[in-house]
Amino acid sequence: MVADGSHAPGGMASRSRGRANAMQRFARRRSTVAFLMTVPLLAIIIGLVAYPAAYAIYLSTLNRRMTAFAGTLNFELLFESDTFWMVAFQSCFFAITAVVLKASIGFWLAHMLHHIPDKGQRKWRGMLLVPWVIPPALSTLGWWWMFDPSYSSINWLLAVISVPEVPWLGHHWWARIAIIMVNVWIGAPFFMIMYLAALKSVPEQLYEAAMIDGASSFQRLRYVTLPMMANIISITVLFSLIVTFANYDIVRVLTNGGPRDLTHVFASYAFQVGILSGNIPRGAAVSLFMFPILALCAFFVLRSVTRRNKEQM
Amino acid sequence: MAEVSVRKVVKAYEGNVQAVKGIDLEIADHEFCVLVGPSGCGKSTTLRMIAGLEEITSGEIAIGGTVVNDIPPRDRDIAMVFQNYALYPHMSVYENMAFGLTLRKFPKAEIAKRVNNAARILDIEPLLARKPKALSGGQRQRVAMGRAIVRDPKVFLFDEPLSNLDAKLRVQMRTEIKKVHQTVRTTTVYVTHDQVEAMTLADRVVVMNHGVIEQVGPPQELYHHPRTRFVAGFIGSPAMNFFPARVENGSGALRVMLPNNIVLPVPADRTARYQGAVGREMIFGIRPEHLTEPKNLDRDNIAVFEVTPEVIEPMGMETLVHFWMQGAEICARIDPTTPAEPGRPMQLAADLNHMHLIDVESGRVL
Repeated sequence: MVADGSHAPGGMASRSRGRANAMQRFARRRSTVAFLMTVPLLAIIIGLVAYPAAYAIYLSTLNRRMTAFAGTLNFELLFESDTFWMVAFQSCFFAITAVVLKASIGFWLAHMLHHIPDKGQRKWRGMLLVPWVIPPALSTLGWWWMFDPSYSSINWLLAVISVPEVPWLGHHWWARIAIIMVNVWIGAPFFMIMYLAALKSVPEQLYEAAMIDGASSFQRLRYVTLPMMANIISITVLFSLIVTFANYDIVRVLTNGGPRDLTHVFASYAFQVGILSGNIPRGAAVSLFMFPILALCAFFVLRSVTRRNKEQM
Repeated sequence: MAEVSVRKVVKAYEGNVQAVKGIDLEIADHEFCVLVGPSGCGKSTTLRMIAGLEEITSGEIAIGGTVVNDIPPRDRDIAMVFQNYALYPHMSVYENMAFGLTLRKFPKAEIAKRVNNAARILDIEPLLARKPKALSGGQRQRVAMGRAIVRDPKVFLFDEPLSNLDAKLRVQMRTEIKKVHQTVRTTTVYVTHDQVEAMTLADRVVVMNHGVIEQVGPPQELYHHPRTRFVAGFIGSPAMNFFPARVENGSGALRVMLPNNIVLPVPADRTARYQGAVGREMIFGIRPEHLTEPKNLDRDNIAVFEVTPEVIEPMGMETLVHFWMQGAEICARIDPTTPAEPGRPMQLAADLNHMHLIDVESGRVL
């Protein structure tokens, strides 16, 4: 597009000078320049977001062999399937529990770090970020070893304090908990670093004013810290909810959906149905199911963020 | 309401850097006391120690007769106005002002009464529903003051509250603060680096420098009878002029010898006071308004000399004349009707009834 824009005036000039001038003026206009500058981004969005999304919608309307249009049949079949509703429940349970835990632990860690003197803080910050920077597939593999029924180091530690063996990946509720544990371990540092940045931006004088106004440390947290961090909390929770809902690698490596498909989430189930079982249209329908839920969340969260920004900043 | 006592208070930071070096200060009930000094002089640290926001290294602070060293800020019954107002951005003006009372579990009706009353005093009634973001600097300053007033505390603490305002608004808010103090009569400790603010607001001014108190006194006393060279130079705008000087004994009267062979006779009533300075290196100090055109002056104690002005600054009600003497810039204040031009020599008269002699070594004013 850029090339077109710059070549066009030259080509036109040979035929009509007036037309060429008009084109040059057009190319120099601020709005044109602005548009040209957004072209790379538009190309990425169209190529990597809009096209796959539209193609997924198209796929979800085909029959299993992808030979004929099947309308909403795939969705209707999903609604009638118990497994699908179990996956929907498990996805929501997994995403909500994991995000709440990640946010709480991240907030607690950020608070602890914030109160360490600057010199030691960097060391701790670096160490606490490690789970987040290791490739998840790799670290999940490590966890898989620790949960392994025969060699579980966690069970070995539990045995030391006389706690009976836990069937980590053998029982569906324990498996669900294990998946959440790993996700929280990987994701909490992200919340920690975001909340630490937010904590550092709260003016110290607000705390001093609250102290003089008579606020206890809990009240300072409740009336100063949390409201001042509300926007960053909303945005990180929304962001994490989207990423966690779409999580695939942990379930795939740790349980592969088992036992008895009871730990599948939307992404791993879509993969199972679409790729492993060869029903691509049905898999596309599963993966599309996340979209309206997340879109609704995003709408409400971003609306409240905008409102707060208008009022406070 | 209460008096504030600061006794031998020291504040030392890591590495034994002393920000406040054992100061003593008694602030009476209802008094408006201003701590003034250049940045780093320890005035804000002192205020923050009174507030309980800084720990006291040694010494003690008492509010209303109770030693508060180990009492947290919220139990000291004080209210503070910060330089950047420190309003809670997520709360409305009403909520900001009511916050302290809500935390102290005041009945809703009482809170409403107090907030409305403070809003009336400060003329911010129409703003109560707004968020701080929707307020101008001056309005925010009023809300910050309102937050202090509603609490009806024993002591108000102000930490450079006008520094963030433009010059015009600063003058206006200064008057406002004075008016509020005259209405509520709460003991007030006010920190500023602006000596004009200090002079106009204070019942008593405390001049601090390098962590010690240089002088405490009513504004006029500090202006006319500074005790140290620092106070003499700090209080007053434009600042006092200083010249290196020698005091000599000549035929029964003392004379001050200035650079450029200017000889000034010491007024007879000061002879005894300055006797000890004879033969020693001294600093001669005189304020710009006592260095003026030679008219309407008591002929006994004036000394007329000629200078060449380099810069003339007409201020409207007066004209400032700047000239240089041995590398030091000297400022004189003359009547705006007196003709003065840069580069054209003119006569100035020093009113020696208002001269100051400062000991170079000790920095004390004799």
